[in-house]
Amino acid sequence: MSQAETAPALAEGVDVPTPSVRSTALLARSLRLWRTRIGVLFTLILVLIALLGPLMAPHASDKFIAKPFSSGSASGTVFGTDYLGYDVLSRFLYGGRGILVTALVSTVIGVVLGVVIGLVAAYARNALDDVLMRLMDVIMAFPQIMLALVAVSLVGAKNSVIVLAIALTTAPRVARVARGAAQPVVERDFIGATEAMGLSRVRILFGELLPNILGPMMVEATLRLTYSIAVIAALAFLGLAANPDAANWGIMIQKNQVALASEPWGALLPILAIALLTMGTGLIGDGIARTAAGIDRERGDA
Amino acid sequence: MKWLRGGGIAGFIVRRLLLGLLVLFLVSVIVFVSTQLLGDPARAILGRDATPDRLAALQKQLNLDSSKVGQYFHWLGGLLHGDLGTSLASSQPVTSVLGSRIANSAVLVVLAAVVSVPVSIAIGSYAALRREKSFDTVTSNLMLLLAALPEFVVAVLLVILLSTNVFHLLPAISPVPPGTHAWQYPDELVMPVATLVIAVAPYVSRIMRASMIEVLESDYVEMARLKGLPERTVLIRHALPNAIGPVFQVIAINLAYLAGGVVVIESVFNYPGIGLGLVDAVTNHDIPVVQALAMLIAAVYVVLNLLADVATILVTPRLRTRL
Amino acid sequence: MSIDQLPDSESETTGRRAAVTVRDLQIATNSGVEVVHGISFEIAPGEVLGVVGESGSGKTTVGLSLLGHARRGLKIAGGTILLGDQDIRAMNDAQLRRLRGSLVSYVPQDPASSLNPALRIGIQLREVLEAHGQTDSKANAARIAEMMREVALPDDPAYLKRYPHQLSGGQQQRVGLAMAFANRPRLIILDEPTTGLDVTTQSTVLATVRELAQIHEVAALYVTHDLAVVAAVATRVAVMYAGRIVELGPADKLFESSGHPYTRRLVGAIPRLSGGRSLVGIPGHAPSPGMRPPGCPFAPRCRLRIDECEAAVPDMLELAPDHSSRCIRALEVVEYQQDEYGDPVDLAPPEVETPVLTLENVVGYYGSTEVLHSINMTLEKGEVLAVVGESGSGKTTTARSIAGLHHDWTGTIKLGDSELAKSARSRSTDIRRQIQYIFQNPYGSLNPRKTIGESVGQPLSVFKIASGKKAETMVGEMLEQVSLSAGYARRYPDQCSGGERQRVAIARALISKPSVLICDEITSALDVSVQAAIVELLGELQRELGLSMVFVTHNLPLVRSIAQKVAVLADGNIVEYGETASILADPQQEYTRHLISDTPSLETATGDVPPAAAPTDGAHQA
Repeated sequence: MSQAETAPALAEGVDVPTPSVRSTALLARSLRLWRTRIGVLFTLILVLIALLGPLMAPHASDKFIAKPFSSGSASGTVFGTDYLGYDVLSRFLYGGRGILVTALVSTVIGVVLGVVIGLVAAYARNALDDVLMRLMDVIMAFPQIMLALVAVSLVGAKNSVIVLAIALTTAPRVARVARGAAQPVVERDFIGATEAMGLSRVRILFGELLPNILGPMMVEATLRLTYSIAVIAALAFLGLAANPDAANWGIMIQKNQVALASEPWGALLPILAIALLTMGTGLIGDGIARTAAGIDRERGDA
Repeated sequence: MKWLRGGGIAGFIVRRLLLGLLVLFLVSVIVFVSTQLLGDPARAILGRDATPDRLAALQKQLNLDSSKVGQYFHWLGGLLHGDLGTSLASSQPVTSVLGSRIANSAVLVVLAAVVSVPVSIAIGSYAALRREKSFDTVTSNLMLLLAALPEFVVAVLLVILLSTNVFHLLPAISPVPPGTHAWQYPDELVMPVATLVIAVAPYVSRIMRASMIEVLESDYVEMARLKGLPERTVLIRHALPNAIGPVFQVIAINLAYLAGGVVVIESVFNYPGIGLGLVDAVTNHDIPVVQALAMLIAAVYVVLNLLADVATILVTPRLRTRL
Repeated sequence: MSIDQLPDSESETTGRRAAVTVRDLQIATNSGVEVVHGISFEIAPGEVLGVVGESGSGKTTVGLSLLGHARRGLKIAGGTILLGDQDIRAMNDAQLRRLRGSLVSYVPQDPASSLNPALRIGIQLREVLEAHGQTDSKANAARIAEMMREVALPDDPAYLKRYPHQLSGGQQQRVGLAMAFANRPRLIILDEPTTGLDVTTQSTVLATVRELAQIHEVAALYVTHDLAVVAAVATRVAVMYAGRIVELGPADKLFESSGHPYTRRLVGAIPRLSGGRSLVGIPGHAPSPGMRPPGCPFAPRCRLRIDECEAAVPDMLELAPDHSSRCIRALEVVEYQQDEYGDPVDLAPPEVETPVLTLENVVGYYGSTEVLHSINMTLEKGEVLAVVGESGSGKTTTARSIAGLHHDWTGTIKLGDSELAKSARSRSTDIRRQIQYIFQNPYGSLNPRKTIGESVGQPLSVFKIASGKKAETMVGEMLEQVSLSAGYARRYPDQCSGGERQRVAIARALISKPSVLICDEITSALDVSVQAAIVELLGELQRELGLSMVFVTHNLPLVRSIAQKVAVLADGNIVEYGETASILADPQQEYTRHLISDTPSLETATGDVPPAAAPTDGAHQA
């Protein structure tokens, strides 16, 4: 039916009712959009490669095959050899798992932290709000990649350091969005109704407020995952990995870049992988955002 | 607390400046704490060669023998006098090590801003006007995909496209030789600038589109049309000033992001700016240089945000007249 | 383009020639669902036609179509709109642009959002002259000054340099009126221009509209949901229901001897200042576009429905030369006494006076500003106390202080004998249970992510009254008590209409068996017919359960049908306090008298319109 289309004509004098976006329904409905499906497809392929790749690799990730930058036919491999003389395809199949797991863990920590800070700030509506948000401002003054670089240089390129650095820089950005989304919700009377009942602050934050910002938070989480993947790959690309010769997409791009003209696969495969992965998560985020906006446009007068 | 209010636009700027200084002060504390307290820099620099004697000597050189608070204020005092310390790697003053690098990076960032901001505002506005028509669909989807790509991926793809594999139009690296200026090598600037533009334009154009769409659907734009105003007047006088306000913040955040984005891009193109400097300093544990660059990049962020706030206030009478 | 250039601007005979003629107008969505069906009417120069309808009736859509405009997603699908003898539907974009703002102008519903926040009002006034070919800046300045004086605003250059946000709501709306009359149009569309304004301001804006239309011989279409407003401003009225005009006739006839059951019920739903009759709402709701039945769209809600009603949409039946109704039983309907609806209410004061809620010397603050000055009032057991005032009078702050939602006050509030802490959080669970609060906006007071059952059942778990199966049963019973079925428990708020949501809010407030119920403007976001139904329900529940209730409202006539006692608030002071009947009949204070005379009501429809107060609304903000 054309609910959405008739809506503007009917918007006379009455307040716009809040649309209901149940989080599961939102996910399911976003899958009706082609962009979400394509995004899910991209992401799924890359996640499978990253997670199951090591099982399918024809060679070990550190097995010498032929002299560096040999072509496929010369070395008897599909994509030739890399700067160390290892099999490009095997290195590629091994090289995604670390990036993906690190990105996922750091994003989850950062998003959870950010949502909690954002909700607390939005609900506080007082000096605590100001203090928290100024603090977030201070952290945001450091670009993610720079803070990660400094942390890695000081403590070493351990995975835990990278995860903490990414999570810490993700949190304030999420907090800002969460606060922005929660602020109008806090002003709504149903929050007042639960206050008058004497519901505890924790239950108001997580039982009443949180479900109302899940839509924008899901969008934000996919966006942050996209960035985390980019930063973690970039760190490796800059040569700041625990093992500078490990099988890792970022390192592969950096080290095999010199032979782009002659043997491009060593750099091209990981580049395409990262590009598809980030575009995939980006498309999913956009699909969710569009679905949420589409539902917003509908009015619920049953 | 009367001084917190009043004073018109000048008073507002002064207050925002003070707030910015407070943020910078906190930034300096974080920079100091993270660079000084997380590990012993002397030990980090010397690594395995650390004999007790050399360690003690270096600690003295780095002023590490006084108290931590003392060290902080010593460092901060130097910072305020323009004395950023001595580079541990080159034994030269940090200011002279970084001077040309800052100039080189500034050339990149300014060029990228000059290209990307007007272009993305134009694209965003036009997409909003042609909402759900082909121009909008194409640019929106393109911007979405570009926004998702990490900048070093964009950079390497540009190299593949324009200088190594497909076309051979531009140099693959941009190593401005010492003693020369970046703008003397325009062909070397094209790809780094293009990468930065691609990194920024999607965000600015998307927020411009969203803001413009919201304004075009507003009651006052409908009213302007129902007053019989020519469409040009409706767009330029009524829609644009209202749509541009929220965009300033996003421009500021993205330009500040550029200052960080150069870190990776300069590495790809081997371009001697602050980004490459930071990577070198981090690799060499050259802590005074790391501190100086961290402070610089944070200061850029604070200043750009200040400018965005002022610009937003200037185009928003409701905020301006409240000052 | 000036009026003289147009061929038939002069009236042919006596000036009774219609300024605008609409024939069989149809408006549909882009996908072809018709939302407005076959509208026909005409308006003579100097005449104000009121178009009345509840939300979704299509009244604004019809109004905008007279400017050749349809909102996003809609299009004018058929019919003719003649301005004089120019066909608006045949015009191209350039012609329409020249038409708008010069021959036909528009006054929007919400002046605050319709004036450009980034432009000074002087510029916004000037551009409407310039856009229509008047480029002489001196003449324009003079014309703007003249318009400002006509709408009783200052005409000095400093005032014209103000931005919209530096004006009060009433001033903004008068700028809108000045803009609309700037090019001396022949037709003006007013789209609920007084919604959201205080009664005093509303009354002066209405007087301005009437005067200007008469003086300048402008035909006006006044769109509103408020019958009482129409009574004050219009000479003829078109009642719209589900995209159709169901009755068209002179204003006084419509209110006294209407020929359509819907008009009748609508009139019955309007609260009256005189005569203590209960309000009767209309059950059910109007069908939305695409779901409209083949027969009379009102039939499912009509008490006079017969089988033939559902066969086909009735034609307009002429009852008198200027009065027609879209009802096959119109000739019977017109004979009924209007006052048969609504029984007299018995608002006897409680026999034994036992104060349940006492406010002593309550002073409220917002930051450093004192917004309530020494409020004293008492609510007896089983009594309804109405707190009445305009916006900014402090009525809501009073209510929120009682509920512990506003914390910044001094003085004493007692529930029975126990003194209340300032914030709800620092009160005991039992106190919180005993005082329940219902919010103004039913769209905001229910968590959209919770089912109705979860929302209504929440107090049961918070106050540890019941859980599990028992709680579920109680929720079901409570929903039935507010005339919803137990099945609503599984719905989400967006699956309910505004009236249903407010019933849910009432159920949530009553399920914990409170001793005091505080209702904060609970009907102001609802249509009149729904408002009546809610007040009807609340009155029944109050008598049945012996509830004590504080009823906050800006609607003075509404008080008459529900409250025994009334407190009139102005600027944070109680200016008058006592029994409802005596205060409404014989107000002692100047302020109360003004409030009563400025409130548009049906009583004023039949002739004597109260003299307009001097047009001074709101303080001029610096």
